[in-house]
Amino acid sequence: MAPQAPRRSLINDPNVRAIFFQILVLGGVVLLGWYLVSNVLENLARQNIATGFSFLDREASFAIGETMIPYSPASSYSQALLVGFLNTIKVAVLGIILATILGTIIGIARLSTNFLVAKLASIYVEVIRNVPVLLQLFFWYAVISESLPGPRQALNPVTGVFLSNRGMKFPGLGDDPAWTWVGVALLAAIAGVWLLARWARKRQEATGQQFPVMLGSIGLLLGLPLLAWLAGGAPTQLDIPELQGFNFRGGINISPEFAALLLGLVIYTASFIAEIVRSGIKAVNWGQTEAASALGLHRGEVLRLVVLPQALRIIVPPTTSQYLNLTKNSSLAVAIGYPDLVSVANTTLNQTGQAIEAVSIMMAVYLTISLGISLFMNWYNTRIALVER
Amino acid sequence: MADHISLQGSGSVPSESAGSQVVKPPALALGPLGWVRANLFNSWFNSLLTILILWLGYQVIPPLLDWLFFSSVLPGEGVTNQTCRASGGACWAFIHEKYRLILFGLYPYEEQWRPIASILIIVGLLALSCNRNFWRPWLAAVWAGAAVVVGVLMWGGVLGLPFVRNTLWGGLPLTLILSVVGLVVAFPLSILLALGRRSDLPIVKSICVVYIELIRGVPLITVLFMASVMFPLFLPTGVTIDKLLRAQIGLILFASAYLAEVIRGGLQAIPKGQYEAADSLGLTYWQKTRMIILPQALSITIPPLVNTFIGFFKDTSLVIIIGLFDLMSASKAALTDPAWRGFYKESYLFVAVIYFVFCFFMSKYSQWLEQELHRGHKR
Repeated sequence: MAPQAPRRSLINDPNVRAIFFQILVLGGVVLLGWYLVSNVLENLARQNIATGFSFLDREASFAIGETMIPYSPASSYSQALLVGFLNTIKVAVLGIILATILGTIIGIARLSTNFLVAKLASIYVEVIRNVPVLLQLFFWYAVISESLPGPRQALNPVTGVFLSNRGMKFPGLGDDPAWTWVGVALLAAIAGVWLLARWARKRQEATGQQFPVMLGSIGLLLGLPLLAWLAGGAPTQLDIPELQGFNFRGGINISPEFAALLLGLVIYTASFIAEIVRSGIKAVNWGQTEAASALGLHRGEVLRLVVLPQALRIIVPPTTSQYLNLTKNSSLAVAIGYPDLVSVANTTLNQTGQAIEAVSIMMAVYLTISLGISLFMNWYNTRIALVER
Repeated sequence: MADHISLQGSGSVPSESAGSQVVKPPALALGPLGWVRANLFNSWFNSLLTILILWLGYQVIPPLLDWLFFSSVLPGEGVTNQTCRASGGACWAFIHEKYRLILFGLYPYEEQWRPIASILIIVGLLALSCNRNFWRPWLAAVWAGAAVVVGVLMWGGVLGLPFVRNTLWGGLPLTLILSVVGLVVAFPLSILLALGRRSDLPIVKSICVVYIELIRGVPLITVLFMASVMFPLFLPTGVTIDKLLRAQIGLILFASAYLAEVIRGGLQAIPKGQYEAADSLGLTYWQKTRMIILPQALSITIPPLVNTFIGFFKDTSLVIIIGLFDLMSASKAALTDPAWRGFYKESYLFVAVIYFVFCFFMSKYSQWLEQELHRGHKR
């Protein structure tokens, strides 16, 4: 320290002030926290509610309409919550994929030179964005459960597919070990496509020769599962839904709640993604397209090699927040009776009175999902980001 | 093009004699026909799309118009739910029957002029606040006065107005009150959070970061659940706050986290030179923030702020899940009347139009503001 530094009083020293203010704020927060916690403990003691998560092992004794893992009312609360969590993940993953596809199509449609297409896409965006998503969910749920006929008069647009107010039924794959092998072959084909694309890119970078990756990929994706199917004895048995009594048996079922939730979330989120895609594409300078065409690239190549990589940089960060919004909005399932995490946790809360535990489980799970999606999308974002100096 | 050619004729009116020089534009390049060619049939793919859309429109629009207008049942003498069910069109008689329930909830029937007056005051003030000439300190005073008037109107109990418990409030006034009060209270809170997040003080900063990220990472429903089932546990024994206030607190907590992030964006956009200039003038932190930084940051963030307002206005509909009787709940309640079951399209359409009008005007306003405020930055 320089010896001639002017002496200041402690009150005016910024460092001392900073420490003082921080102690003040921290003290306030700690005091508030202590006050709330002491109130909670007092209230819980008065209402005879035990704290802690021991209730998770108790029998849940409520049924859940839609489960991806074996579950019965005799299962524990933790299993019920797991079922709810998986249902949330199911609707979120499918919703994100479908909303991205629909949003991209509508975003590009808004830029179309066709007047009708562009106008229709803008009307879609304006109307859907300005109506609460919950209202849209109610609407779709009402359309499905009130407008569609009962199982006996179910609509039958294609053989084996039935539409009724109990949901959509369509044929599933019959019980045969060969189908497992087809699935394994499909996974192997996906891995193969990835390796092939890598190898082709390396080869092009090294030698300049192009390899028909697209054709090779399609061949792998179709060929390997087909071979597995033939090797497994080519089973043709399908599990076709049949009307028995008052409801259908067999086949794959999509419940009205799931359909309404997925439809509502996809249509709502797609309108936001469409705007992001549109602004992303518009932000790429037209000169880039002209320059690429001047180099002799054809339309597909211009889009894939020049325009899209630049547009993606603008599109990815806001799309991430839309994915997060879709995942968070899936919690509205509770309003139309789809058994997602919030719905199951709410039932648990009402049965056990463990409000703090149930709400904190909900919050913790959503925080984890949100962090997971942001981490993945940030990783992807840095991968495609522009590397400057 | 025709004008241009006639001007070349040395000021003379183009006559038939000069007809040989006047080249008429090709009929297919100009006029309505040219427009159709350029905008609807400029490539085989676009022609296909146009035909497809026209066909779809032919399939959808006539039945839709028929449902909306031609076969619809208007309210009138002797019109009942039976007439509606027989007609197959939209049942506007249903809306006529239920609009007071949907708009005002369970508010006593003969007192409903009071919520109407409240709605008019709030909407009128919102419209007034859209004008930038009125952004003066007195506007805040007007808002505060309006809050008192709306409170008196809605609760009553003074000036000869019968008292109405707030459990009976519902419909549009409740939606407006929840969103306007939520935003007005959340706004100063969010400014403090945003400043805290940008602060150099590590403890203050981490408290703000944790709060903002915690609230933004979870769905609004869980915040509302927290407000409705956990708040009573947080309060000392014997103290209770009613459901409406709990929901309002939940909405404020939620809105402040989102607004804080928008304002942080504005704060980040202020060049460092502005901070340094303020420091060199010897301003204290709060003087600097109040007079130099915040005015600039807020004016940059007005358009995104309006967008956040729109999102928040729509999100107040979620209070249905904790049992409050807002516009959405009231529209669902109207459908539970056994005589009028199944007219969900009319009910939801009515509510959707109300939400749409509010949100659409706000979004157009934010676009207009963006143009207006960015004049200085335009190239």
